[in-house]
Amino acid sequence: MSIWIDESSKVLVQGITGSQGTFHATRMLEYGTDVVGGVTPGKGGQVVELPGRDVPVYDGMSQAVFETDADVSVIYVPARFAAAAIIEAADAFNEIKGEGLIVCITEGIPTLDMVRCVGQISEMPGIRLIGPNCPGIITPGEDGGCKVGIMPGYIHAKGRIGIISKSGTLTYEAVAQTMSVGEGQTTCIGIGGDPVSGTGFIDCLAAFEDDPETEAVVMIGEIGGTAEEDAAAWVADNFSKPIVGFVAGATAPPGKRMGHAGAIISGGKGTAEEKFAAFESAGIHIARDPSKIGEVLLRVLIEAGLRES
Amino acid sequence: MVVQAAAFEHFASVSCTFAMRIVERRPWSRAGVNIHEYQGKALFREEGVAVQDGLHCTTVEQALEAYDSLGSKVVAVKSQIHAGGRGKGNLYCPDTGDLLMEGGVKIAFSREEVGVYAKNILGHVLVTKQTGPEGKLVNNLYIESGCEIAHEYYLAILVDREEDAILVMASTEGGVDIEEVAENTPEAIHKAWADFSGQLPLGASQQMAESLGLTGSSQESFTQMLESLVAMFVSRDCSMIEINPLVRSEGGSMIALDSKVSFDENASFRHPWRAAMRDMSEEEEVEIRANESGLSYVKLDGNIGCLVNGAGLAMASMDVIKLYGGEPANFLDIGGGANKESITTAFGIILEDPNVEGILVNIFGGIIRCDMVARSIIDASREVGLSVPLVVRFSGTNHAEGRTVLEESSLEVATVGTLAEGAEAIVAAIEEVGA
Repeated sequence: MSIWIDESSKVLVQGITGSQGTFHATRMLEYGTDVVGGVTPGKGGQVVELPGRDVPVYDGMSQAVFETDADVSVIYVPARFAAAAIIEAADAFNEIKGEGLIVCITEGIPTLDMVRCVGQISEMPGIRLIGPNCPGIITPGEDGGCKVGIMPGYIHAKGRIGIISKSGTLTYEAVAQTMSVGEGQTTCIGIGGDPVSGTGFIDCLAAFEDDPETEAVVMIGEIGGTAEEDAAAWVADNFSKPIVGFVAGATAPPGKRMGHAGAIISGGKGTAEEKFAAFESAGIHIARDPSKIGEVLLRVLIEAGLRES
Repeated sequence: MVVQAAAFEHFASVSCTFAMRIVERRPWSRAGVNIHEYQGKALFREEGVAVQDGLHCTTVEQALEAYDSLGSKVVAVKSQIHAGGRGKGNLYCPDTGDLLMEGGVKIAFSREEVGVYAKNILGHVLVTKQTGPEGKLVNNLYIESGCEIAHEYYLAILVDREEDAILVMASTEGGVDIEEVAENTPEAIHKAWADFSGQLPLGASQQMAESLGLTGSSQESFTQMLESLVAMFVSRDCSMIEINPLVRSEGGSMIALDSKVSFDENASFRHPWRAAMRDMSEEEEVEIRANESGLSYVKLDGNIGCLVNGAGLAMASMDVIKLYGGEPANFLDIGGGANKESITTAFGIILEDPNVEGILVNIFGGIIRCDMVARSIIDASREVGLSVPLVVRFSGTNHAEGRTVLEESSLEVATVGTLAEGAEAIVAAIEEVGA
């Protein structure tokens, strides 16, 4: 088990004929992801030759979903076209299947475009958006697995830890930390660092709570907004499994945007200290040094009786 | 009671994106998102939002001419800088450091006073709560007709990131620190959310006008203004519009007496007109240069330079340096598309900072390969003449090859396996050099 994607997921790549799209479609396929098609307007009927598979290209998402019965779409289109790509995917999944997962990797999408996307998708109960500005989602399998995004697949292994993070490379760090104590992952999700985005911490935590294979969670937040505090409050009442938490940006100065559009301490709100405090009061085990996430996880698993040593 | 408390907490969380700029140095780190008050008011005029007549000046002569042509006996003489707190700021001579005048916004009752104030402001440094002690050189001035004020209100429009929606906030307590209002009288702040297409719910603007106690023509004036402002927020991809104070004149009409407008940088591609509003003197030159090379850089006050891939990991690297007794000199994310050129630029930018006594490189290879970064580090350190201790941590794609490349080179570099080891090593190396 895992959440939202597994080895049977059929994946479309929007923007597959672009350099990023082709590069990552190749990496995804190599990892074992079932890439069933691609979408690039005006290039329908072409075929993208990936190692070991010729992937058909469609002009639009409706046709692509109809022809391939895909469950997931990953978006690698430039920022100015990304919102339209998200809406096209949402409409196609909603009309044809009534459900679908959209993973938007693109960085730099205008905030009000995302307000419109998130608003429209909120009226489609079967549609889930992850991102934008995120590394994607991966469910490692016994041999390969399902990778929908840009993360390096080989650092992962199938296991029982769920990972949720706002950051890209810091997610990889968290994965490496679980591996350092001999633990693999059920599913790892990068939710992205933009101020307005799709799936949040609580959606992921609720899914991990319901996933019998996930036995503990590593949660990586960062400064800005109150998503971590909201998640902590939710955890206190609704989450039964151990969580190890880290928040990036304890040394970030106020009022400065730290790379991610949403990573800014405004008026003393959104600090790492507040978020760590919220984690602690919700019973989340904190690691102040991300190099120690593995150590803390190991201790927590032993305390919970999930590991001998 | 509980509901009220929750609502207040909600307000406190969203208000952070705007009102609390009052206690900050600079609201945004990246280029070209803020504009001056006079530019914001020019946009207001275009959108049909009432403002007083006013003229932008850059010399004392222009200020006097502006006074003559406005034809108003009383005018406001307003320093134009991107930071807030202008009214309560002080003007200093940049050469001598002498205090020239208290207050960066002055009310002038005569032509002579306009001349005196303009002379004290232009070419001088304004220090406010938000500029930091170094202040801001004032090159721009706005002369605005005076206004008979019956009451001051507060109005702001911003993106509420928790609700994923455009939020309008208004208060009867204008002209004062909105944070204090939020703290002491949260019930005085009225809110409405637009739907995702950017429309306020039917009747919301009128309801807000009523909540503010506005009646008759003032009510009509307010609802029209609010609808224009929300439309402007959407059509121009703003990230914030704040009007403090918004005033009701003695005649009953609503006038935007101030304007703080900032834009969503991500949307600049569809607003080419923004380029003309950019004031480069308000931006950090080094941050602009970093951006042009695909780097994201923020200067800090410490002595350990960091070069990292990924924003979250870059912040985490700073945090860990601090945990091990060091102080980060910067935030620097080289981004996913880094290459030899951008890494060389990054080293150059880090070493421009005279406080830097050592550098920690932390790369978790994904798309980026550690061996490519290793070769770039070797070339860059030769090019920029690296003279401070260097510690490199590689993980992920081709990390072993990367380490080999570094170890086989003539470069003096310590390679480590984890971020914690890296932080420990660079802190120790600096202490050794200092000892």
